[in-house]
Amino acid sequence: MAIELKMPALSPTMEEGTLAKWLVKEGDEVRSGDILAEIETDKATMEFEAVDEGTITSLVIPAGTEGVKVGAVIATLDGDGAAASPAPAARVEPAPQPAPATPAPRGEDAAPVLRSDPSVPEGAAMAVLTVREALRDAMAEEMRSDSRVFVMGEEVAEYQGAYKVTQGLLEEFGPQRVIDTPITEYGFAGLGTGAAMGGLRPIVEFMTFNFAMQAIDHIVNSAAKTNYMSGGQMRCPVVFRGPNGAAARVGAQHSQNYAPWYASVPGLVVIAPYDSADAKGLLKAAIRSEDPVVFLENELVYGRSFPVPDIADWVLPIGKARVVRQGADVTIVSYSIGVGMALEAAETLAGEGIDAEVLDLRTLRPLDRAAVLESLARTNRLIVAEEAWPQCSIASEVIAICMEDGFDLLDAPVLRVCDADVPLPYAANLEKLALLNPARIVEAARKVCYR
Amino acid sequence: MAKPARPRKKAPTAETGESEAGGSGFALRSLQDNLASNRRYEASDEELLHFYEQMLLIRRFEEKAGQLYGLGLIGGFCHLYIGQEAVAVGLQSALRAGLDSVITGYRDHGHMLAYGIDPRVIMAELTGRQAGISKGKGGSMHMFSTEHAFYGGHGIVGAQVPLGAGLAFAHKYRGDGGVCLSYFGDGASNQGQVYETFNMASLWQLPIIFVIENNQYAMGTAVKRSSAETHFHRRGTAFRIPGLDVNGMDVLEVRRAAEIALEHVRGGNGPVLMELNTYRYRGHSMSDPAKYRSREEVQEVREKRDPIEAARHDLLERGIDEARLKEIDKAIRARVAEAADFAETSPEPDPAELYTDVLVSAY
Ligand SMILES: Cc1ncc(C[n+]2csc(CCOP(=O)(O)OP(=O)(O)O)c2C)c(N)n1
Ligand SMILES: [Mg+2]
Repeated sequence: MAIELKMPALSPTMEEGTLAKWLVKEGDEVRSGDILAEIETDKATMEFEAVDEGTITSLVIPAGTEGVKVGAVIATLDGDGAAASPAPAARVEPAPQPAPATPAPRGEDAAPVLRSDPSVPEGAAMAVLTVREALRDAMAEEMRSDSRVFVMGEEVAEYQGAYKVTQGLLEEFGPQRVIDTPITEYGFAGLGTGAAMGGLRPIVEFMTFNFAMQAIDHIVNSAAKTNYMSGGQMRCPVVFRGPNGAAARVGAQHSQNYAPWYASVPGLVVIAPYDSADAKGLLKAAIRSEDPVVFLENELVYGRSFPVPDIADWVLPIGKARVVRQGADVTIVSYSIGVGMALEAAETLAGEGIDAEVLDLRTLRPLDRAAVLESLARTNRLIVAEEAWPQCSIASEVIAICMEDGFDLLDAPVLRVCDADVPLPYAANLEKLALLNPARIVEAARKVCYR
Repeated sequence: MAKPARPRKKAPTAETGESEAGGSGFALRSLQDNLASNRRYEASDEELLHFYEQMLLIRRFEEKAGQLYGLGLIGGFCHLYIGQEAVAVGLQSALRAGLDSVITGYRDHGHMLAYGIDPRVIMAELTGRQAGISKGKGGSMHMFSTEHAFYGGHGIVGAQVPLGAGLAFAHKYRGDGGVCLSYFGDGASNQGQVYETFNMASLWQLPIIFVIENNQYAMGTAVKRSSAETHFHRRGTAFRIPGLDVNGMDVLEVRRAAEIALEHVRGGNGPVLMELNTYRYRGHSMSDPAKYRSREEVQEVREKRDPIEAARHDLLERGIDEARLKEIDKAIRARVAEAADFAETSPEPDPAELYTDVLVSAY
């Protein structure tokens, strides 16, 4: 019985990969569990194991092929009747539901409409980097220039980072400065905070910010309050960083956006960049900051590419929002992954004759009130797009700013577009309903424009 | 390989607790000595066949889950239990169904299957369908069955340890005689809340068995790179919790150790800490670069220590007809295929489910 072996999805976000190497050849007998091939994605090389038993009849995709789509037939197997399970061969039609392994891009296709950052020097060359590379470069540059800087966290060294953000750092800086920790968030967040008190410059990576909840006492009680409680005597220059917010289909306990939590705490600086240039420039600023910084990244954005000024020391000021698209009719305020969706929404709106401005907050504490109000003064209508729960959100805060200081500028009530007010469900259709998307941003923008 | 799962040589005095243990006659090694005196449960042919069948069900189910993941029908994280089957099967076979409670982490499919929970509703949860055991809202890491006193399915490493102590506290409070089994990994063993729990559990003599499934790795970290004390069964010593060092690749040894532990706990003597030495054949979750161990290491365990092969070998030695084993194998493949079909063809949750179950009451 012929069985088709298909390009597997090996991670929640994988859509295609490189078939790096075949470890079997035609005519080989394989048993369940044998490694058939090595598959590469932008994150890692992974092994593809046999599930069925039988003889390899053909290798359809040759080794070294790039861009093999998940689900494409890569080889065929002659299953030995009784033992083989028929499922994969029988299923030629697509799954009844949209295949969850290739989630709707959720804004990933948004054409980056990047206005030059005010601080990009005239005529600077641009390099295209993924956000992942930009973050790594920021850490590497700061580690080169300041021996007090070190990185610690789960799987940051030998594994090269659970999401490969610290790739190559162990090799360059060695195990004294790139440190794998046990799974003890409360412990190593405290240790990092103490090391900062002791004069070092720790970068503490959380595998995701969901796990920083184990450690939040040190972030809030130990790191944020020390400078104040000591009357300015004792500093705590630590950076807590890692992916924050929803990834793809990882369920309620792994999908929360903590931006509103940390942004509510005096004594912390909170940064949440969207693109590569901001990721690099702001992470470098965070590492140099004398204050504790919570630096919120997003897993789904790590692999996206953006231009970054190719200059010796690209550092951005903390606390400055940026207009990433200019417009006259309505302002869409957002941050992190929401910016991509806001840009996509703005494109759609442009097609309808609504000229939307997109403001990326970039830093959430201190929040750039002036930039919000300036944009509002230009458009007189504002919505906030945030991938987070609505209650007590960054959106709530932006709305408060508009009410307190921009009331006379408003031609319509400020609306917020957030995630559904529920723990994030796993089911593909429910997850899609729960999360922010460009269509809902468009709808809110139309509403405030009375269109 | 990081550490052999077979009994290790150790200094006999290292963990003897008698001298400091006061007059109670309490000995931290007493359970281990008991196990050493007789390592394997004497199963009847039918019992061993049943264990074999359950382990095989887990193996085939997990293989199928891996396959459905590759096809995009399962998303997110999906942690397979392949290689560790003897742990859940051996331990759970010693429990009193519906009374003793169980709690574990995200690597939970095997525990549920060992509990006799219908593979169809587990698989349907993995594919995120309405018919799933959590209505598709939880996914692979978050499954529960109060009917079977299975309390999850938790995604935060270590959280299940104090939660398990809470379940044990409830058993004691109610006086129902139940025991809680709280499973966690070698990596989870380094979380601070584990030790806070050890102290409370011992202080209050809670009816709990802490089960460390030492599969040698936490994601890409071998135990020796994360743990100052890699003999996890000793980690209760400071809290006067007796430990058991168990070969988790032998279902009969696991069962025997479970009986020793349960007898101790049910006798009102407080918690026990079991270390089950086992091995995870597959990657941590589905995406796993597998650079932290060699292929030969994995192959060696598969070939020499596989719990299912071992049980099969035992059965054949006992004179069980090979045809009978083939029958079992065939029946399991059919069950798993049916579960997969069910999971693929069941409808997704109704959109209205998005807002149900947030509270028991309503906003
Ligand atoms: C508090 C917390 N930190 C980190 C993680 C990410 N994570 C998930 S599983 C895992 C490894 C756990 O290893 P172990 O306890 O040995 O269990 P195993 O996966 O081997 O069964 C890590 C680091 C998490 N889920 N929760
Ligand atoms: Mg482990």
